[in-house]
Amino acid sequence: MSTLSTFGSATFDPAAFDPGTSVAGLALANPVLTASGCAAAGRELGRLIDVAALGAVVTKTIMRDARSGRPTPRMAETPSGMLNSIGLQGPGIDAFLATDLPWLRRAGATTIVSVAGGDPEEFAELAGRLAGEPGVGAIEVNISCPNVANRGLVFACDPSSASAVVSAVTEAVGGRVPVLAKLSPDVTDIVAIAGAVLDAGADGLSMINTTLGMVIDVTRMRPLLAGLTGGLSGPAIRPIAVRCVWQVHAAMRAGILRPAPIVGIGGVATGRDAAELVLAGACAVQVGTATFHDPGTPARVATDLAAVLAGLGFARFADAVGHAHTVLARETEPNR
Amino acid sequence: MSTPSLGALDDGRPGPVAVRAVVVANRPAGAYHHLVLAVDDRTAAARPGQFAAVAVGADPDQPTPTLLRRAFSLHRATPAGPDGPTLELVVAPRGTGSTWVTRRRPGDRLDLVAPLGRPFPAPPPSTPVVLVGGGYGSAPLGWWARELRAAGHAVTVVAGAADASRLFGVDDARALADRVLVTTDDGSAGTRGRVTAVLPELLTPGTWVYACGPMAMLRAVTEVSAAHGARAWCAVEESMACGVGVCMTCVLPVRWDDGVTRMTRTCVEGPTLDGAALRWDAIGAGPGGGSAVPADCLGAPRPGGGPR
Repeated sequence: MSTLSTFGSATFDPAAFDPGTSVAGLALANPVLTASGCAAAGRELGRLIDVAALGAVVTKTIMRDARSGRPTPRMAETPSGMLNSIGLQGPGIDAFLATDLPWLRRAGATTIVSVAGGDPEEFAELAGRLAGEPGVGAIEVNISCPNVANRGLVFACDPSSASAVVSAVTEAVGGRVPVLAKLSPDVTDIVAIAGAVLDAGADGLSMINTTLGMVIDVTRMRPLLAGLTGGLSGPAIRPIAVRCVWQVHAAMRAGILRPAPIVGIGGVATGRDAAELVLAGACAVQVGTATFHDPGTPARVATDLAAVLAGLGFARFADAVGHAHTVLARETEPNR
Repeated sequence: MSTPSLGALDDGRPGPVAVRAVVVANRPAGAYHHLVLAVDDRTAAARPGQFAAVAVGADPDQPTPTLLRRAFSLHRATPAGPDGPTLELVVAPRGTGSTWVTRRRPGDRLDLVAPLGRPFPAPPPSTPVVLVGGGYGSAPLGWWARELRAAGHAVTVVAGAADASRLFGVDDARALADRVLVTTDDGSAGTRGRVTAVLPELLTPGTWVYACGPMAMLRAVTEVSAAHGARAWCAVEESMACGVGVCMTCVLPVRWDDGVTRMTRTCVEGPTLDGAALRWDAIGAGPGGGSAVPADCLGAPRPGGGPR
């Protein structure tokens, strides 16, 4: 794709479209992944779809120990979205390594493991153990889960906390697999947080996690969720995700941030939704809450995204990444 | 309970299929609607106790602002009937989603994922069985009664509701079970009172009880069953986002065979759970009336600190 004139060209062959992408050296057959917390560890979806055909399975966040999660109710449906207040329920790393990861390996899935901890040491311990395991393609560092007992534990809301976690993780991983830092939109300046984690050695960014929300049960005149607040996800937050990806990718183009891959996440339900994130700067896209509506969504989005981008005239997925910035730059060139 | 580990996914239960069903019939049934849906063979292979998750509020081929599916227990699956393979649902118009479902007309398409969840566990041979339904919770019991009788079990059905209009499936049960008892809170049909008013006389040690209805009823049935040496199986109804085991919203505290209590997904490890394994001390005791996390639950938060 060299000039705008080829957009919409009738001579373009969609079947020749190359959907391949890579995230910090991790090659993906296609750019559509599951989002953490929306696909468990792949096995349940495996009853309905071929998880090996996904760009990757991003697991539910793993912690050192088993964790019960929060009391119920944990979920509230909202317009074009939902709040969740799960609280990182999970089996702990030992059970994950004994049961879930072997299943993903056998299924042939490309796997990105999401990890979280109560302090940088726990993050680093988990990442260090996982980086040596066969079948782990990358580690996503969940520094942005809003469902923790202490709001102060959202590392991604503070540059120095975010940096401390990512430094510890990248040191423990030692370059064996790519490390992606998952960012929260609940910050004043996401470019500053992105800069902090990239300076700390992150190989890429996953953005965004849910944004903190709340629902009051009017009949009972109290918060609906047992955890009071929850993370808002679904199509309602897609414009926030597009904005965050746009801002960080723009800062990379401007030389303010080191160039690094961005995995776009937030409210993707269709191929066009995914195309928004890609054109804003994402080199891969995760599908989350829409999977609850239709477990076939990640596979369908992959097919539809390829059709959308091919229809726009792109021969390769990689050429579409961040292209909206190029279009905007051309519009503002003085001698256009 | 038989250990409801992730292995339960591979226990041979009919697995889920995403299907575009066509509404064949939608008839009022007292306070409820009885829908017959034309589906495919794999969907109609459902077993009693399983459920369907229905997308609501839009054309089935379009994304909808109402993201989450509504789960309904299956009233009946018919692999080969006059309308081909069908599923039947009984739906109470309660919220916007269920009300939308009750307004579908013959010919309308529904986007559903089914069958989901574990089927009712089969009782040991010749075990006497009592099926207890509260309101539209009775929906799957006629189907189950027919299968149990065919397997040689003596089957009694207890159908209870607030009033006569909220009873479901009594005629069906009379045709399919050995004995049927009816209770209503207001006495407008059958015995005045709750299902537990008539349950003790039906229970002998070793009886298996299957109960479908509100949590308070399930708890009462469990207690009465235990007091008479009977075993209670409870089909719970928790709000769920995905229905397929990935979202972790529909959990209840359940004591597993290893003695450890876990926050347990009712969509894949249930919806039918051993009443004696459900942690009734925590269910309903959470902030806002949901389920608390018992202090001895695996991974429960420690006082003054995080989980360990």
